[in-house]
Amino acid sequence: MMQFNTILKNPAEWMMSSGPNGEIVISSRVRLARNLKKISFPGWAIEEDRSLVLNQVKPVIESLTEMRGAFSSELTELTAVKKQVLVERHLISREQAAKAVGSAAVMNRKQTLCVMVNEEDHLRMQSIKAGLSLSAAYKMIDKIDTKIEEDIDYAFDNKYGYLTACPTNLGTGMRASAMLHLPGLVLSDQVNKVIQAVNKIGLAVRGLYGEGTEALGNLFQVSNQHTLGEPENEIIVRLEKVIKQIIEHEENAREKLYDENRTTLDDKIGRSYAILLYGHIISTKEALDLLSMLRLGVDLGYFSDDLRSLIDVLFMEIQPAHLQVYANRKLNAEERDCLRAEIMRDRLKNLPEPSKFYKNSPNEPPLEED
Amino acid sequence: MNCDVCQENHATVYLTQIVKGEMQKVNLCEDCAKEKGVTDPTGFALADALLGMDSDQKSSEAVDLMTCQACGFSHAEFKKSGRFGCSECYSVFQGGLESLVKAMHKGTRHLGKIPSRYRVVKKYNDQITELKDRLMNAINEENFEEAAKLRDEIKLADADFNASNEGAIEN
Repeated sequence: MMQFNTILKNPAEWMMSSGPNGEIVISSRVRLARNLKKISFPGWAIEEDRSLVLNQVKPVIESLTEMRGAFSSELTELTAVKKQVLVERHLISREQAAKAVGSAAVMNRKQTLCVMVNEEDHLRMQSIKAGLSLSAAYKMIDKIDTKIEEDIDYAFDNKYGYLTACPTNLGTGMRASAMLHLPGLVLSDQVNKVIQAVNKIGLAVRGLYGEGTEALGNLFQVSNQHTLGEPENEIIVRLEKVIKQIIEHEENAREKLYDENRTTLDDKIGRSYAILLYGHIISTKEALDLLSMLRLGVDLGYFSDDLRSLIDVLFMEIQPAHLQVYANRKLNAEERDCLRAEIMRDRLKNLPEPSKFYKNSPNEPPLEED
Repeated sequence: MNCDVCQENHATVYLTQIVKGEMQKVNLCEDCAKEKGVTDPTGFALADALLGMDSDQKSSEAVDLMTCQACGFSHAEFKKSGRFGCSECYSVFQGGLESLVKAMHKGTRHLGKIPSRYRVVKKYNDQITELKDRLMNAINEENFEEAAKLRDEIKLADADFNASNEGAIEN
């Protein structure tokens, strides 16, 4: 079994690698909700039932070849800060972090697969991949699901499909989502228009940490709202199509900013660079916004491409629980803001200043000599 | 006594139904009875009429008190949390579920992945339905040679299914 500290030392595979459309799509994630027959769903179950489910299901998950050398823990064994780290890494949900007896999480070494036991449903399994790779992420989790299904008798109904605690997950039990970085649409005040249009066609747009969270760092999650009445692959194809359209809008918005407001862009990216390199007190929100501008800078050729994965790792590492595990003690808000600034100064100290010549960029905007 | 749906008019239509061992009573006025389509009481699900209402309208206590025998979850709790107690609740509280699900999703029928245990059953059902249709056609056309062949195929499919099913249940 992998130690918790090992998880922290190693960034997840999806943070380090760049997937398709990696400039705009940070990660793709597919989650399946499954339940056992006849035993009460976790939210309604008594402790004995929750333990019963855990004892039945955990060995099955741990024996999967994909989970060899996995990190596996009952949540009661983890401190509040460690649980929060898992939330910040999108490995468990906020809801599960609050749960206790009988709740567990099993995740593989690369942190690309995570199965949660006794969250809202008996089983919630998810896969995460870099870039826009929803189909690949689905294939990965579908394989796990098919293996688990050999040993576990799922609650399934011919009409309603997989039965879930909340009827909003009924049917496929599948939530597919992509994390998009949309600074262009935010800066040009178009993002609300896009969100409204996406909502209208039955897809949801949320902030960094899911339901009801604010869009920090210009990061948005787009996911399917409906889970019943459509097969998995159709949901994914439709979602990918819409995401590709959003990508196009974002690219256009960036191009327009670059062509028409280059000084504003130079200023925003330059200031972000300066604060990140010389700031000493930086809140999470400010840090995410600054890193967002730096990432936009990479995409537009102000910085070299290899900075992108460092930024994606920093997006994680500067969050409150990560900082406290790094410091190995509880930190108050002021202490966190100082440590956060210190880490970013250190990690970015060799970063050359933003170049104005936009060279060596794969998606180089048209150069207009003037 | 006032109508359970509009809470205004005098109730003149009284219905009693036993659903899954639970007795439900609904009293309706003539207008609401018409609106809910209570022309044939036998084909009318009480819970449908009540649960299909807007959530701000009061639904009858009878529905709230309905509980799932498997897990003890009540309908009142479902209204509070929006979540069910266990997988069995879906059949206990099926009245009104259809309209709820319809509002949430693209359709009301699952079209996606089927666990292999269920796939065997579905495949068998589809196969038998098709064979029986063809058998009926053959008989109608007085093609008895074909009919005999189809009859044997049905027998074979039945035997196959029973054999594989025994295995599945053992697992």
